[in-house]
Amino acid sequence: MVSGLGEVAAGLSKGALQPSELLEACLTRIAALDDKLHAFLRLTERTARAAAKAADLRRAARQPLSAIDGVPIALKDNFCMEGVETTCGSRILQGYVPPYDATAVARLEAAGAVIVGKLNMDEFAMGSSTENSAFGPTRNPWDLSRTPGGSSGGSAAAVAAGLVPGALGTDTGGSIRQPASLCGCVGLKPTYGRVSRYGVIAFASSLDQVGPLAPDVQGVALLLQSIAGQDERDQTSSARPVPSYGELLEKSVRGLTIGVPKELFAEGLDGQVERAVRAAMARLEEDGCTLKPISLPNAPHAIAAYYLVATAEASSNLARYDGVRFGHRAQADSLLEMYQATRAEGFGAEVKRRIMLGTYALSAGYYDAYYLRAQKVRTLIRRDFEQAFAAGVDAVVSPTCPTTAFRLGEKSGEPLAMYLSDVYTVPANLAGLPGISVPCGFDQGGLPIGVQLVGRPFDEGTLLRLARAAERGREQRTPEGF
Amino acid sequence: MLQPVIGLEVHAQLLTRTKIFCGCSTAFGAPPNTQVCPVCLGLPGALPALNRAVVELAVRAGKAFACRIAGRSVWSRKNYFYPDLPKGYQITQFDLPICAGGAVDVPGLRKVQLTRIHLEEDAGKSVHAEGGSEVDLNRSGVPLIEIVGEPVLRSSEEASEYLKALRLALVYLGVNDGNLEEGSFRCDANVSVHEPSAKLGTRVELKNINSFRFVRQAIDYEIARQVAALGRGERIIQETRLYDHEKNETRAMRSKEEANDYRYFPEPDLPPLVVSPAWIDAVQVPRLPNEITAGLLAAGVAPADARTIVGDPRLAALHARLGDPRRAAHFIVGELSRALNDREVNLDALAFEPAQVAEAWALQDAGTISSTGLKEVLAELIRTGKPPAQTVLERGLAQVQDLAALDAVVDAVLARYPSEAGKYQAGKKTLLGFLVGAAMKELKGKGNPSALNALFRARLGG
Repeated sequence: MVSGLGEVAAGLSKGALQPSELLEACLTRIAALDDKLHAFLRLTERTARAAAKAADLRRAARQPLSAIDGVPIALKDNFCMEGVETTCGSRILQGYVPPYDATAVARLEAAGAVIVGKLNMDEFAMGSSTENSAFGPTRNPWDLSRTPGGSSGGSAAAVAAGLVPGALGTDTGGSIRQPASLCGCVGLKPTYGRVSRYGVIAFASSLDQVGPLAPDVQGVALLLQSIAGQDERDQTSSARPVPSYGELLEKSVRGLTIGVPKELFAEGLDGQVERAVRAAMARLEEDGCTLKPISLPNAPHAIAAYYLVATAEASSNLARYDGVRFGHRAQADSLLEMYQATRAEGFGAEVKRRIMLGTYALSAGYYDAYYLRAQKVRTLIRRDFEQAFAAGVDAVVSPTCPTTAFRLGEKSGEPLAMYLSDVYTVPANLAGLPGISVPCGFDQGGLPIGVQLVGRPFDEGTLLRLARAAERGREQRTPEGF
Repeated sequence: MLQPVIGLEVHAQLLTRTKIFCGCSTAFGAPPNTQVCPVCLGLPGALPALNRAVVELAVRAGKAFACRIAGRSVWSRKNYFYPDLPKGYQITQFDLPICAGGAVDVPGLRKVQLTRIHLEEDAGKSVHAEGGSEVDLNRSGVPLIEIVGEPVLRSSEEASEYLKALRLALVYLGVNDGNLEEGSFRCDANVSVHEPSAKLGTRVELKNINSFRFVRQAIDYEIARQVAALGRGERIIQETRLYDHEKNETRAMRSKEEANDYRYFPEPDLPPLVVSPAWIDAVQVPRLPNEITAGLLAAGVAPADARTIVGDPRLAALHARLGDPRRAAHFIVGELSRALNDREVNLDALAFEPAQVAEAWALQDAGTISSTGLKEVLAELIRTGKPPAQTVLERGLAQVQDLAALDAVVDAVLARYPSEAGKYQAGKKTLLGFLVGAAMKELKGKGNPSALNALFRARLGG
């Protein structure tokens, strides 16, 4: 089994690998191993085999559509794909088959990627453990008694277990970076607006962003390359040109300045996680980076602000699941009862909790105190980052997650404890900045640890460069049994 | 004496080919749910993308009514559950609308101040029938402007005049088709009553009024209901009432306590709407009905005729192309209106060209046809589009203009009626008509009457 998406792409390019062979190898591994993980909700074998055959021909003719032509990719189950059931991890969408493709999916397909299937997730991307999936949790390949993180837990587990060389996820408060960290793979949340959200089932529209997960930084760069760029169907997508990430990736990091925010190395941080992160920072310093202490004074308020903005938007975004046009519909005698029963039966506890929180935050008389105030905090957090960047910082470093992977059920009764596991990832979403998590070591139990880098808006290039450097010195392991 | 105070909110559908946030057609009357896509169906993952054409129409209306046009306006979500609202929220503008202030000039009344004009999407249509309800989402996402008037109207008559003026202005602007039956121009009314010395009374919102007549009836009913309630010592409660035109009454729909909390917040899927001053300047505003009326009056068109012509933009457009304003006005309120009233022709598919009307006039001016002949020529032109010269030929409408020929007839008439000729010369000038009539009879009606007049006068000495 090849170790990274970059290597897979190189193998395909040289003709050492064939897309169909590669797909069959993935399908075989999924069939053999996914019972243990439950990363996949469903496979798209038939269309994948057809796509791989077409890629075989292009590769044989040396006319690939892109560097990832023929690479098997899996999608978090909140990406709409024409003709393929898309549930968002929710009972309310069970059986729902979208009539159209998300832009990111269409772009992957246009680049020749072979879509293998749909991956498990916390219902409507609300959660940090994938335990909130209506279809059962996903397990962490490093320890099957532990969660892979979430909400893109299926994506991270599938990539970390080598079931697919790459996957797409979405990140609203850390949902790509946190599971990537807990599963020991690379996960990138691009700048808000870098990748189209069209066709991605919304959780919190002003925070959601599509991003790639792969075993290697190069793989993440290749996937970003194929999905980034403006989309007229998403008016929050940016017109800024997309650079060639592959070229930026190999540039030296010498002379770059990395900000070290004291607020993100504070209490609650596991000692082993901190040691691994600081070791990665030291390696970057050896490569010629400068570490500079900075302050993000408003970062401690990020979780509070995030859970108001995100739930407020979610309460509105999830109103369309009313049983009228698609998805689950409960039988009832009146319209109101139908609404109530449909939503009571269709949504899980965490989704209901967040809809109620968000509805409350937007209610007459509370809007100013909650939603508006949270938006003000958000502006302050963005300014904190702007000041750091203005002072010459190229990226801000922190742990991705305060701990390594936690046990299934460990936090599921304590929503607040679960929310706090997003403490380091949420500020990048509130500020709309790109963030990446790169594996940087293991704790004594052999669980992976990730380091997070947050960069300037649309400067994914620098982040990928730093991540590439951080990745070089790390210890390589594969999870036992995978 | 209690004084009514009325404010109107008008929803006008914008005349764009496609919907406000997707490329679906806005055409009326298609089979249910055939003009829909993931965006206007509110399918999971779909996002709105603004149709710039709607912005231009809103700005055009705003400029026409002298509103302040916002360089930056903001989309908001209005959240409520209803089966014909696919997303569970309506995308509208809330605290930062595209147009603020302004006024509508109402002929015979005064300027009626506007609060604002904002852009929003329409919901679908629910059809309630025995055994269940059905939803048609063809209308979902059709662009609207909501024109909110200040509460300054004092009677149902004023309200109706304001609405008529507003509707006509929007039609002239090319912003709205003014079609109340198809629901592309809809009105809600806020009605309250108060003692003029006291502050405004509690207002009641009336919904479901879809004709000018119903507006008057609904408001009159509501004013009477409120006056009677206050007379009994009751209090008016703030509520929404539905007008039932079959029973001519209003019924309580929901009170303020039961009112939806719409939980407005800025729409995160759409950036703020930014329009530059240069772009706003470049938006063209066609002439409004009041300006056109003033122009007609200045050209000598009678006020009643001007009202008729301006009352229908198609007539006004035709008038502008006919030349000679007074003659054109006579043609329109005369021959053309007759033909329209008799349903001989359709104003949307006239058979003739304006230049042909001018040709007919020229034939009369040259003396080729009489005024009676002109009427006949124009009637034929309106009905069939037949060229005037051809009608003159086919029907033998050309007048005898040869003076020698006319002179011979004058001779013959004078010889036949010597006593009448003598009486004329003795001062009974009214006999000229008799003599000319006799000559005309001789000429089978084709003599040029003014030439005959002149010949008789010359012969009989004035």
